[in-house]
Amino acid sequence: MEILKFTFGRLLQLIPVLLGITLIAFLLLRVLPGDPATLILGNRGTAEDIARLTTQLGLDRPLWQQYLAFLGDMLRGSFGQSIAYRSAVGPLIMERLWATLALVGFSTLLAVAMTIPLALIAALRKNGITDHAIKIFFVAVMSMPAFWLGVLVVLLLSVVYPIFPVSGYGDTFVDRVYHLFLPALIIALGTAALTIRSLRSSLIDVMRADYIDTARAKGLRQRVVLFRHILRNSLISTISVLGVHTSWVIGGTVVIESVFAIPGLGYLLVSSISARDYPMVQGLTVTFAVLVVAINLVTDIAYAIADPRVKLS
Amino acid sequence: MSGTTSLLRVDNLVTRFNGHGPAVTAVDGVSFDIRPGEIFGLVGESGCGKSATCRSLIRLFGGAAAEIAGGKVLFDGTDLAELDDRGMEDVRGARIAMIFQDPMTALNPTMRIGDQIMEGLRRHRGLGRRAAREEAVRLLASVGVTSPESRLGAYPHHFSGGMRQRVLIAIALACRPQLLIADEPTTALDVTIQDQILKLILRLRDETGMSVLMVTHDLGVVAQTCDRVAVMYAGRIAETGETRQIFRRPAHPYTRALLDALPAHAGRGAKLKPIGGEPPNLAAPPPGCRFHPRCPHAVEKCQQTLPELEMIEPGHGSACLRVKELGL
Repeated sequence: MEILKFTFGRLLQLIPVLLGITLIAFLLLRVLPGDPATLILGNRGTAEDIARLTTQLGLDRPLWQQYLAFLGDMLRGSFGQSIAYRSAVGPLIMERLWATLALVGFSTLLAVAMTIPLALIAALRKNGITDHAIKIFFVAVMSMPAFWLGVLVVLLLSVVYPIFPVSGYGDTFVDRVYHLFLPALIIALGTAALTIRSLRSSLIDVMRADYIDTARAKGLRQRVVLFRHILRNSLISTISVLGVHTSWVIGGTVVIESVFAIPGLGYLLVSSISARDYPMVQGLTVTFAVLVVAINLVTDIAYAIADPRVKLS
Repeated sequence: MSGTTSLLRVDNLVTRFNGHGPAVTAVDGVSFDIRPGEIFGLVGESGCGKSATCRSLIRLFGGAAAEIAGGKVLFDGTDLAELDDRGMEDVRGARIAMIFQDPMTALNPTMRIGDQIMEGLRRHRGLGRRAAREEAVRLLASVGVTSPESRLGAYPHHFSGGMRQRVLIAIALACRPQLLIADEPTTALDVTIQDQILKLILRLRDETGMSVLMVTHDLGVVAQTCDRVAVMYAGRIAETGETRQIFRRPAHPYTRALLDALPAHAGRGAKLKPIGGEPPNLAAPPPGCRFHPRCPHAVEKCQQTLPELEMIEPGHGSACLRVKELGL
């Protein structure tokens, strides 16, 4: 009950944030050098074409009117007309949204699935060979840019050992999971590099905590102490690390989706920029920002659920 | 030692901590016994090995790399030092329970009070959820938590330090242990709360007939609660006896020095005498009597011979080489 109130309060706080986002997305394109209509038409455009497009895009109106029109389009869910696709931006974005969400969700799942066992092993064998091996492997992963790591993994698991598809998205659920596995794995490796370190160190801290002595003094089995008391409390600080990194991953999908040709938002953004599809770029910018805000909100809520000491009011 | 059967007999216990650097022998040949229903005090300065001694009994070293390197811990006929880990887990909480120094950090911050109490009940007494719940309410009431029913769902941060220590005592007593180890249970509390907690422990001892090992650095706590006491210095027992024997006739220069540093004991208007010097480094303890560098009565033999505990009257032992000639 309290958590619902907390969530609602957070949602209210988001209204000014969202307004700010739209304003920035709107202004960014207006302050960029060059006239959009000229850039869109390139050197094929005559002066009349440019004038017609300027009117069509509403660029001849005052800035505040343009902004209000942009907000109106947004509230109607259309985000204006895409120049490249010649249809409303909103539905086009919604179509691609799921691929990106699936990719981010899948990679987060994989990251968590890697983090918990590996961090536990590293913490339990602190400064042992396994601990060092995990550390070195993930430092190496973290040091590699995503596109490079992507190419390496594709070479290994799609070309040399053709286990996974090189690119694409698939049609059925199982097929999609299969197609998304490699790109999700690459993102997850980067995430896990951070979360394993975070979880390992908080596990080591919690293992020394007084309340773990209390739990042991009750005669609880080793396994129960480890999972119910140590892991449960260690996860709290890792939630925020995971949250921060996941919002970062949203931006990272641009690269991964391009490498693997996944029809998601990142891929759409890259092609829209090349096509100088201004309304589309604007709509995508807002969408990305909203996703980041949403992930932060989910992180806050998860944190509040995980740690009863967080004040919910 | 007297003829009464002991509940716990610790015999020549040696505990070593292997951290970074040289190994530290925190407990070096400690022997004592605790009888059923009595409160036995283990007293000494910080770092004298009293916590290490009581933690050795149930092998609970808080993540430190410690091991029992020698000796026996005979509890109700079983040598606890010989038990494997799972055997030890069956003893902890069920037959020997422990409460800790700092109630502010000794409760799991993300777990409801009720669940923390019920955990032990379900583990050792095999109670179902409902029965465990009822028992938890009864336990909270018995340690003086008001409206216990409604407190089950609360988290530790809703409680004050004194209340948390009460909850910890409820957790410890959940399975009616024969021995409660109380490691400085009042050190972190306000003086008024200290008194309440000590009285609670005394009352619960009377009600349940359990024994208590009271670890403290506070001779006032010893005087208020303990039937018998052992004074520890640098990993060894300096003197042991009934509480009134120790207070009336301290038979070790260290005990005497401790009492002289106590306002109530020194008497009105008398100057308090602090003990000069510092406790020795347990990684490299001094040869001979551990106390000799700080002892006003030390002579040459004190630097060479390690004194053993010797009886000077029934039930009263001292580990001082010069106890007879000094007429302590």
